[in-house]
Amino acid sequence: MSHFPDWAIILAVKSGVLIFIVVTAFAYLMLLERKMLGWFQLRLGPTWCGPWGLMQPAADAIKLVLKEDLTPAGADLFIYKIAPALAVLTALLAYAVIPFGWLPDGTPIAIASPNVGILFVLAAGAVGVYGIALGGWASQSKWSLLGGIRSTAQLISYELAMGLSIIPVVMLAGTTSLAGIVAAQSAHHLWYIIPLFIPAWIYGVTALAETNRAPFDLPEAETELVAGFHTEYSSLRFGTFFVAEYINMITVSAIRTLLFFGGGDGPWVAQFPLLTVVWFLVKVGIMLFIMIWWRATLPRLRYDRLMTFGWKFLLPTSVACVIIVAGVVAAMGNR
Amino acid sequence: MPASPWTIIAIYFIVALVVAGVISIVPGIFTRKRPTKEKLESYECGVPPTSEFLGRFPVRFYLVAMLFVVFDVETAAFYPWAVKLKELGLFGFVEMLTFIIVLGIGYAYVWKKGGFSWR
Repeated sequence: MSHFPDWAIILAVKSGVLIFIVVTAFAYLMLLERKMLGWFQLRLGPTWCGPWGLMQPAADAIKLVLKEDLTPAGADLFIYKIAPALAVLTALLAYAVIPFGWLPDGTPIAIASPNVGILFVLAAGAVGVYGIALGGWASQSKWSLLGGIRSTAQLISYELAMGLSIIPVVMLAGTTSLAGIVAAQSAHHLWYIIPLFIPAWIYGVTALAETNRAPFDLPEAETELVAGFHTEYSSLRFGTFFVAEYINMITVSAIRTLLFFGGGDGPWVAQFPLLTVVWFLVKVGIMLFIMIWWRATLPRLRYDRLMTFGWKFLLPTSVACVIIVAGVVAAMGNR
Repeated sequence: MPASPWTIIAIYFIVALVVAGVISIVPGIFTRKRPTKEKLESYECGVPPTSEFLGRFPVRFYLVAMLFVVFDVETAAFYPWAVKLKELGLFGFVEMLTFIIVLGIGYAYVWKKGGFSWR
């Protein structure tokens, strides 16, 4: 292995560990969601596998791996097989730039911190639609096609409002680097949720739509489309779509924390910089809890209302926010 | 770190690619395939498929895609301006306001033509 410099090997190991942590987090997020939905509906949730159902993710994984891997007769085999992998690959990409906290010497704890971090996250999210669209098309089933097309239209419609809701943050912070945005919030002693609560709300709503979560889970609306884009998938390929969806949930929660809730900012971080990781994870956990809470509370939207809500309400509102914040920032100048 | 962020992201990408590759190979390994004709049919709630899959879908979705391209390019144009807004000051604000007004006329036109209402 003498061709590779040491830092590249260390980096590859770090990346592997990070991906392992993210996938484990996914597994327990899924268990948590089932438990919580149980409590919301006065049930217990999974209890049989291990104490308190803690082995449930492992049991699910083994079950999925041991199921027969079906490919429908008419399917476009190559695309059918790579679509789930593509979905999970693009979901994992965002974690390359997310700063989880700060080291004592002031460098962000991240795989990489490019100065266009937020654009990279948006780009990775935008590519994520391919996994779903291709999976829905390649199954050559009517349900899958409708689910995939719906999902594509929904994702691109809400992506606009999402991109626009981030611009006020960029204007206040004056940088597109995620670590820089967090540092700007700490420097001003102001979480951007306070001046920018409407963009923060828009980002929250579009984040739900981008991750196909209730009340925007129309791509997989069980009552109308069987299971949407993954109707024909079985075995681990079916599970892979869920991995991608839940990893995306964690991603948008993390981005929301970084942009609007000060990242790892919190009490006592000046004395103990490593505490930023703890605060960051606590905030991401709260975001995820709220996302699951919404699923238990809200009914699913009708498709025409979903589209008009995105185009006629969220888009103009976010443009108005951009104009107002731009006016204030421009009038205050470089202060 | 002796490398640019993009080299690092490329290495991360390769690791993620390996993980995704493993996930897409594993499902075939531990199981035997026992396909039957019924199993391989596309699922239509248990009844035999009534018509061929033609891959057609409502033309409305094309319109959404076209509108998306227009407004997404606009969103991309906002970012460099947003980063430098503090230095540009009121001049930058007025310049961008002109751009938004022009775009707003297009938006109003599409709205009036019914481009945003789902029928």
